[in-house]
Amino acid sequence: MIAVLQDPVRRRLYEYVAAQGREVGRNEAAEAVGVARTLAAHHLDRLAEAGLLESGSRRLTGRSGPGAGRPAKVYTRALVERSVSLPARDYRTAAELLAEVAEEAGLDAGLCAAARRRGEALRGAAAPCGDLAEAMGLLAARGYEPHIEAGEEGEGGEGGEGGLGGVVRMRNCPFHTVAERFPPLVCGMNLALLEGLIGTDGPVRARMDARPGECCVVVEVSKTNEH
Amino acid sequence: MTKPTRAAHLAQLNVATLLHPIDDPRIAPFVEALDPVNAAADGAPGFVWRLVGEGESDATGLRPAGEDVIVNLSVWESQEALWDFAYRSGHLEVMRRRREWFERHVEAHMVLWWVPAGHLPTVGEALDRLAELREHGPSPRAFTFASSYTATEAARHLPPAQTVRSLRPEPADESAAV
Repeated sequence: MIAVLQDPVRRRLYEYVAAQGREVGRNEAAEAVGVARTLAAHHLDRLAEAGLLESGSRRLTGRSGPGAGRPAKVYTRALVERSVSLPARDYRTAAELLAEVAEEAGLDAGLCAAARRRGEALRGAAAPCGDLAEAMGLLAARGYEPHIEAGEEGEGGEGGEGGLGGVVRMRNCPFHTVAERFPPLVCGMNLALLEGLIGTDGPVRARMDARPGECCVVVEVSKTNEH
Repeated sequence: MTKPTRAAHLAQLNVATLLHPIDDPRIAPFVEALDPVNAAADGAPGFVWRLVGEGESDATGLRPAGEDVIVNLSVWESQEALWDFAYRSGHLEVMRRRREWFERHVEAHMVLWWVPAGHLPTVGEALDRLAELREHGPSPRAFTFASSYTATEAARHLPPAQTVRSLRPEPADESAAV
């Protein structure tokens, strides 16, 4: 599994497809990574063989029937979770057992306090996160796969001088497996961690806004700042 | 194999013991969340039905399981639909803050079971299922998200008729067990 991602071109292709959160065709992937289409196709197929990507075919032109041409091959990231640990370590079992006990004992508040402290420690001496772009960087570094979603509220719109309107949503939950088993406990922990990391009294803030298939938290411009 | 497969819906009962009376200011954030969250449930994909008190918009006034125990009884088209509402909607924020408003339950406080589509479970029936779960652990008759059964699995294990015993514990017994 590690070997499959060793090739730098292949790795960049994987990262590109994973970041899109939708089906990606060979031409698009080749252009994004800056390699020839045939080379991209080769690597994309190797990634699919290894189970890291899923492939399918689709007529990208929207035409169908005879004369529509061959359907194009498209790729998305595989949903399965892979982890590599050498030597073998099993933190997932430990996490599940600890979460089970914390759930039974009702330790939500203590867990959230610890998570908030951890988030603050990760932020270190830095000031609270200054804008959404900075938040995107922090979240990406922690594996959340953030992306901007255009303002849905309608009124107001562009959210001030920050430039980026809307909210930051995240495609990946780093705690997915445990969060699925103990959602209120682990999602609460996740929110507290991000509150610590982003800061609670700065220009942007983390808020719970769960949605199917995504991380339960969004980061947005603080309401008080919008005035 | 003569019986046709009937469509099944998933019923859900949740009991929660209030830390303070429902009109106490410490419970106010929960009460404020009731209307928006219930509206989200009513509009959620796969929502079928939820219990409400007569002339009320929710079930918090009903106390069939004890004076300070509120109940939540609903029916969904599938387990995924219920899951997505419970944990992937505005409802999660309420769940996250549950320890501010509710006692921690030592015993199971949530139970799931399959009902024939169109059947709306009674509170008594729902409390029976919870009692079964507490007494015998998860089974096709009464289970949880972590130990779930599909409608097909449940149908296979169930006696054909609805003539399952009618041992309905008095509400008083139920609250004593909480």
